[in-house]
Amino acid sequence: MSTAPKRITDIGPPRYDKYLHPVILKNYGQWKFHENISPGVYCHVAESGDRIYTVRAGSPRLLSVQTLRTFADLADKYCGGYLRFTSRNNVEFLLDEPCKIEPLKQELNALGFPVGGTNNAISNIVHTQGWVHCHSSATDASGLVKCVMDAVYERFTHEDLPAKVRIAVACCLNMCGAVHCSDIAILGVHRLPPKVQKDMIRRVCEVPTLIASCPTGAIRPATVDGKPSVTVVDDQCMYCGNCYTVCPAMPMNDAENDGLSIWVGGKVSNARTAPKFSKLAIPFLPNNPPRWPEVVEAVVKIVDVYAANARRYERVGEWIDRIGWPRFFKLTGFEFTRYHIDDFKHAGLTYARSAHVRY
Amino acid sequence: MANTDDDCQCPRTPLLDELENGPWPSFVKEIKASAQTSKSAKDLLGQLELSYEEKKGHWKHGGLVGVLGYGGGVIGRYSDVGEQFPNVAHFHTLRVNHPAGWFYTSDALRSICDIWERHGSGLTNMHGSTGDIILLGTTTPELEPTFQELAQAGFDLGGSGSSLRTPSCCVGMARCEWACYDAMKLCYDLTMAYQDEMHRPPFPYKFKIKCSACPNDCVASIARSDLSIIGTWRDDIQVDDAEVTAAADGGLSIQKHVCDLCPTRCMEWDGQKLAIDNRNCVRCMHCINVMPKALAPGKDRGAVIMIGGKAPIMQGALLSSVLIPFVAASELMETLQELIRRIWDFWDEYGNNRERVGELVQRVGLPAFLDGIGLEPVPEMVSAPRDNPYIYFQAQKGAKS
Repeated sequence: MSTAPKRITDIGPPRYDKYLHPVILKNYGQWKFHENISPGVYCHVAESGDRIYTVRAGSPRLLSVQTLRTFADLADKYCGGYLRFTSRNNVEFLLDEPCKIEPLKQELNALGFPVGGTNNAISNIVHTQGWVHCHSSATDASGLVKCVMDAVYERFTHEDLPAKVRIAVACCLNMCGAVHCSDIAILGVHRLPPKVQKDMIRRVCEVPTLIASCPTGAIRPATVDGKPSVTVVDDQCMYCGNCYTVCPAMPMNDAENDGLSIWVGGKVSNARTAPKFSKLAIPFLPNNPPRWPEVVEAVVKIVDVYAANARRYERVGEWIDRIGWPRFFKLTGFEFTRYHIDDFKHAGLTYARSAHVRY
Repeated sequence: MANTDDDCQCPRTPLLDELENGPWPSFVKEIKASAQTSKSAKDLLGQLELSYEEKKGHWKHGGLVGVLGYGGGVIGRYSDVGEQFPNVAHFHTLRVNHPAGWFYTSDALRSICDIWERHGSGLTNMHGSTGDIILLGTTTPELEPTFQELAQAGFDLGGSGSSLRTPSCCVGMARCEWACYDAMKLCYDLTMAYQDEMHRPPFPYKFKIKCSACPNDCVASIARSDLSIIGTWRDDIQVDDAEVTAAADGGLSIQKHVCDLCPTRCMEWDGQKLAIDNRNCVRCMHCINVMPKALAPGKDRGAVIMIGGKAPIMQGALLSSVLIPFVAASELMETLQELIRRIWDFWDEYGNNRERVGELVQRVGLPAFLDGIGLEPVPEMVSAPRDNPYIYFQAQKGAKS
């Protein structure tokens, strides 16, 4: 009888210093300053005088093992096998020989992985799964990212914006992608309440949990054909999809009514101004795969108007705070509608309560 | 489960093919690369094309799938068009706890690739929104073998459901001069301390911890984590006068681009010397970001601890708010473990099902939450004192009941 190998559990991730470059290990916590050598390339200098060079390239986040092996091969060829990924899905190669920067950049660009995304560039887009793997998505995420990054490609490979611009895509109101604090955010929205599948509810859902899942109390208990079920008060539904996550008998997908909204002016960093939420710019654009021209046009418009009007170091939200929202809508040509005025829980917080008006 | 056909006989995907054009790297090319050897990647391509045609998703959530003894780390995913695409009828995701700061060696990366090619679609996300390595798509019987091979290679699953989600951090001291505490070590130590809470969901809802080593907050901890640990310092900004002069000589307008953009106007430049009123500095990082050679955070370093950040579901998005204005770097782990224990006790006692900590604080009020976890109120916790007079006074001495 062969003995099965002992089962391993709860070992946690690899130790935090297990995969670090020797120069990083030697100078851990002893960095002095850094320089931005060119778009996508940083040099960090340690107190010891040691230097580590970072070459950053964009990736589609959704990566095959074949491409990961290509990254591994590049790391072996140029930097002893040391690489990392960023919080925005870029891949970074960590070099201690500056003469290898240019050949690596050329090989990455030739393979179709653009070098850039640093400093005052548009970095890679943080995004969600979309139709590739999510149950509640109102749209695809990877496709939107591809289309937008194709259109702003030069903004990734150059650093010519007033400040960094962070874009995010989330495919439903769950916002798994930090959409709520991004300079520009694209958010998939549903616009119809869930369609209750009464036969399915009995088999797969716990009715009290389903009722409790609704943030607005729109889901009410009901008896259908003598069995416990629910009804939805349509006017109270804000299409968050929370019910569908706890109960698959509440589908929301609707080809014609699902679409995209555009948000602007959020930030996470504390630099200059406090972190802030993104605000609504466009309440609805059609879901128009495979190229989403309306969405791409709107994002490019925001970036161009921002680039032409903001002052140096001003993030999108800081720029809009300075010029005021009426001027933002005028400059972009976006229509201001009743949907831009908050009427949810903390509505009054965004009403203008001063006589400070620009004319 | 690999299909060894050289010709993948991929389904016709005219809409997705459009997304192979253009300069940005294409995720469609990635799926097609996997489809050369993986039947599930091929069916994923087919189902995704259908979604692009119909403008509709085709995934169903749920089903209790996982590995033995764990209540998380695997996301059950089923196709609602499984007859048409049988190889993605079951297409579960494994979340694998990433190394702190997302650092790898080529060998580590290849070991994950080899395991995933044997057991799943060969498709990954590097990385998911919370930070995990995402292994995208396999069947229930493959979960346990994948998990055990990953464990042999030194990797474990991350969090999902109502658990501690995989903590994440910035690069911190590994490659940043602004790190005010050792974010990678703290993130690792916290992850190891709470393995049980990650793998066996004990909470009313998810709980996220993110460690950013300075107020630039590169992992968005203030927006995306229930417990945000943001590096800062208490003493004076370190100034290298010669480098300030060099920056000015290099064309930077110290007045316009540094002093005038300081949120508290605590800096003055007379053309020769930069003077900083450090008592009024709020540690925003702008001046240091602009002059990384000339300025640096002070030496008395630590972190501000904040509570309650989250995305909209269910009651609306929240940014974290200040809980402890400063904890010295050397005391962070001990302080956090005690604080986390008290927060989880209170949440366990008073939280509703699917109520994040931030929403609990909103519901009961920060004062009651502070009472519950045994913290004294301090003015750093608010942007201003209350502006309404409806105060719930506590019972007065000598009051008759």
